[in-house]
Amino acid sequence: MSLDETKSNSESRPRPPYMKPTDITDPNFFHKVVDCQWACPAHTPVPEYIRMIAQRRYTDAYMVNWESNVFPGVLGRTCDRPCEPACRRGRIEDKPVAICRLKRVAADYRGDIEHLMPEIAPKNGKRIVCIGGGPASLTVARDLAPLGYHVVIYDRDASGGGMMRSQIPAFRLPEAVLDDEVERILKFGIETRFNQNVDSLKSVLEEDFDAVFVGTGAPRGRDLNIPGREEVGGNFHIGIDWLMSVAFGHTSKIGKRVIVLGGGNTAMDCCRTSKRLGGTDVKVIVRSPFETMKASPWEIEDAQSEDVDILNNHVPLEFVLKNGKLVGMKFDKVAPVFDESGRRKLVSTGEEPLFFPCDDVLCAIGQENHYPWIERDIGLEFGEWDMPVVDETTFRSTHPKVFFGGDAAFGPENIIWAVQHGHQAAISIHQMCEDIDLNDRPAPNVTLVSQKMGMHEWSYHNDISNDQRYLVPHADKTKALGNIKLEVELGFDEKLAYDEAMRCLNCDVQTVFEHSICIECDACVDICPVDCINFTMNGEEADVRQALRVPALDLDQDLYVSEILPTGRVMIKDEDVCLHCGLCAERCPTAAWDMQQHLHNEARAKHQELARWG
Amino acid sequence: MTYIAKPKFHHPKLPLNDLGLTRRDYEGAMSTLCAGCGHDSVSAAIVEACFELNLPAHRVAKMSGIGCSSKTPTYFLSKSHGFNSVHGRMPSVATGANLANNSLKYIGVSGDGDTASIGFGQFAHAVRRQVDMLYVVENNGTYGLTKGQFSATNDRVSVGRKGQKNAFGAIDLAAMAIQLGASFVARSFSGDKDQLVPLMKAALSHKGFAFIDVISPCVTFNNHIGSTKSFEFVRDHEHTVTGVDYVPHRETITVDYEEGSVIDVTLHDQSRVRLRKLDTGYDLSDQAGALQHIMSHQAKGEVVTGLLYLDAGETELKEKMDMVAAPLNSLGVAELRPGMAALEKINAGLR
Repeated sequence: MSLDETKSNSESRPRPPYMKPTDITDPNFFHKVVDCQWACPAHTPVPEYIRMIAQRRYTDAYMVNWESNVFPGVLGRTCDRPCEPACRRGRIEDKPVAICRLKRVAADYRGDIEHLMPEIAPKNGKRIVCIGGGPASLTVARDLAPLGYHVVIYDRDASGGGMMRSQIPAFRLPEAVLDDEVERILKFGIETRFNQNVDSLKSVLEEDFDAVFVGTGAPRGRDLNIPGREEVGGNFHIGIDWLMSVAFGHTSKIGKRVIVLGGGNTAMDCCRTSKRLGGTDVKVIVRSPFETMKASPWEIEDAQSEDVDILNNHVPLEFVLKNGKLVGMKFDKVAPVFDESGRRKLVSTGEEPLFFPCDDVLCAIGQENHYPWIERDIGLEFGEWDMPVVDETTFRSTHPKVFFGGDAAFGPENIIWAVQHGHQAAISIHQMCEDIDLNDRPAPNVTLVSQKMGMHEWSYHNDISNDQRYLVPHADKTKALGNIKLEVELGFDEKLAYDEAMRCLNCDVQTVFEHSICIECDACVDICPVDCINFTMNGEEADVRQALRVPALDLDQDLYVSEILPTGRVMIKDEDVCLHCGLCAERCPTAAWDMQQHLHNEARAKHQELARWG
Repeated sequence: MTYIAKPKFHHPKLPLNDLGLTRRDYEGAMSTLCAGCGHDSVSAAIVEACFELNLPAHRVAKMSGIGCSSKTPTYFLSKSHGFNSVHGRMPSVATGANLANNSLKYIGVSGDGDTASIGFGQFAHAVRRQVDMLYVVENNGTYGLTKGQFSATNDRVSVGRKGQKNAFGAIDLAAMAIQLGASFVARSFSGDKDQLVPLMKAALSHKGFAFIDVISPCVTFNNHIGSTKSFEFVRDHEHTVTGVDYVPHRETITVDYEEGSVIDVTLHDQSRVRLRKLDTGYDLSDQAGALQHIMSHQAKGEVVTGLLYLDAGETELKEKMDMVAAPLNSLGVAELRPGMAALEKINAGLR
């Protein structure tokens, strides 16, 4: 600082606008530091339950999940895992913590939870109907039934679960796991109207419900209109319909040579199911380059390990028939070309069309919403792409009593998004029934509590594990391919679960800085293993980011800025790769740094018993 | 101190030096000093300086005596040689090591007790002989390891933690080094790495005895109001005579300085110390002037920091003794034991 003081050129002096001191009372600041929780649509407190798993508190870990994402057993196997690419561990070494697999551990090893279920309040006289029995509707039911609402669920199938049941093959999600988590909700006194297709919203509204929740998903698989489609007949199947037919036992065979069209997770489920129903030569043929396929990387890996070929950059041209029977398909080889605006176009390479022989074609090129059953004269407005107009915060349509959620609201997403939509719609429905403005959303429950237990003792394990990500064991391949119900992933055992859990950096245990007692001794700067702490002159954010010990170039990661210190400098911490090891707090002679757990529980439709969890 | 080892993970974008190493590769074992000890910052500055100078750690020898300061060589450059000697005897050991193998860089780390009390005589002769080394004193004015008695560098006016008065005046080690003939003398502050790191880089590039007196507050026993070796006091009373930048010899000058505002001094290895003169009329090569400057500011209660004295032309011990240039440990039996004939010749010369 003596040099700073004496530099004569004014360039070294900060110019306004300086960065403002960080307001850590804003719950979003520390929430954002917990990358996994921030990325999770339902904002599940991930580090909290991972610590519980390490302590073998599986039931507690399950309940943290159950409160937040309703289907821990299902999601622990099938979640799209937005948390994992966000995981901080992935930025300091190769791979993120196997969060999803740990969630499954909580479900696999939990004890009895009956006594932990919310008490069901006496009926409040309000009646809610959910159309569709999938994750969004079940979440609405789970949140509202304990408050005393009478909830009715319609589904066209014989049991609840929706797409979780009809589209996710049993070798990825055993029926018993799904049944357990669906039944648990139905036991809250839900009136089920299964095996009933709703073909008129108007008639449902006439039954005088207090609110209608539409959670019908995106039930229509996209068709492929190319030459030969009309004539191809019974050897062409829409992927999601075919998977449903397999799930319900209507289909148990497929030809030896199968072409699966599409590059998403449905395509992966189709090809792996084909391998189990007699397909020996199964090819996934996708228009786009391999790298931009929509399927999750782990699902692609699993398909490939089951000897499914994936051919990219092939656009289907026509179905080839011989004597009225499908014998194969022709494809045009393409290459991605980017225009000036960066938009991608798939341009033909001009090669001869390629022919691939096949016996069956499964078409998994996308899903669509379809609302023939909603009358257009009931005050429910439809907008672009013939989708209902739905408020993104309240999930209310333009009809005051009708709410949408899950894939039904804004098009195909995934289970965890459906759950979050369900939570939000439940809040809206509850507030509507209580005459509270729907836009007045309840605040999350946030606490920030010191974890200091002694001079150098913390209530969390701050000694970072150096282990690499553990692979989850798989069932023997021959056995797995021979039995469509045999779950492929075996899940972590307790030892593997512990070791994997220890890789978690506890990003919810925050470094909290109290400027008024800092003596600027630099001890924290010296000890920080990842150079995220700086004492420097304040300035404009872009300049400050460049001037740090290691420039903070990831703009998605915030800087933690202190009030001005006695030397005129400020403390600036780049949150990007902080290990949350607590060494800054251990080295601090004045306890200006403290490690405090930021526990963030999303708001739910309010209920005493549920409030215990959030 | 901390109880867990520093995690091995480092920032993925941490820069590499010419040897392909990160700053983290120059660290040592986990420090067991008190949390916030200035000495840990001095260790960090040594790490930073060695990293930036691209020094291969295995060509460095760390020498120390006894005391909190003398524990610190364990906490930096874990791949270097080291010798933890008897209390106050580091200068002798360093002198011997230096004569045996002058191809290593020697970093001596000592404290105010180790240097200004028990090892004072040893220190004086290492300076006088121009042993080629960087000698760092981590000066906190207190005997920390024996629970906070005044050391010989504690200022007369500086009171103890419980208000005890200090009966004796202080030894100013920087002034002493200048007087004894050190060719590179600086003073700095553990809380100011912007100043300390360039000084260390220059000192490590200097040939001869380079001395840095680093005021390094003891957070446990000497960081209270009334102490003149506290973080707060030093910050408030620091007076920098010369701003120092270190310019490696390969680097060309890119910044335009106003004419006359900077002086470059070329060191032995062709790197340069760039001095931004802050006190007009201050002459770095004037021993008497430097001493007077230190003392006049001291009288005003100020702590003079920066590069205080530099004689880049001075020779070091081995040259002074006209010794063979090669390290002694690289010589073979034939050179080291010239045999009876040579002995006879020497004996004959004495008759």
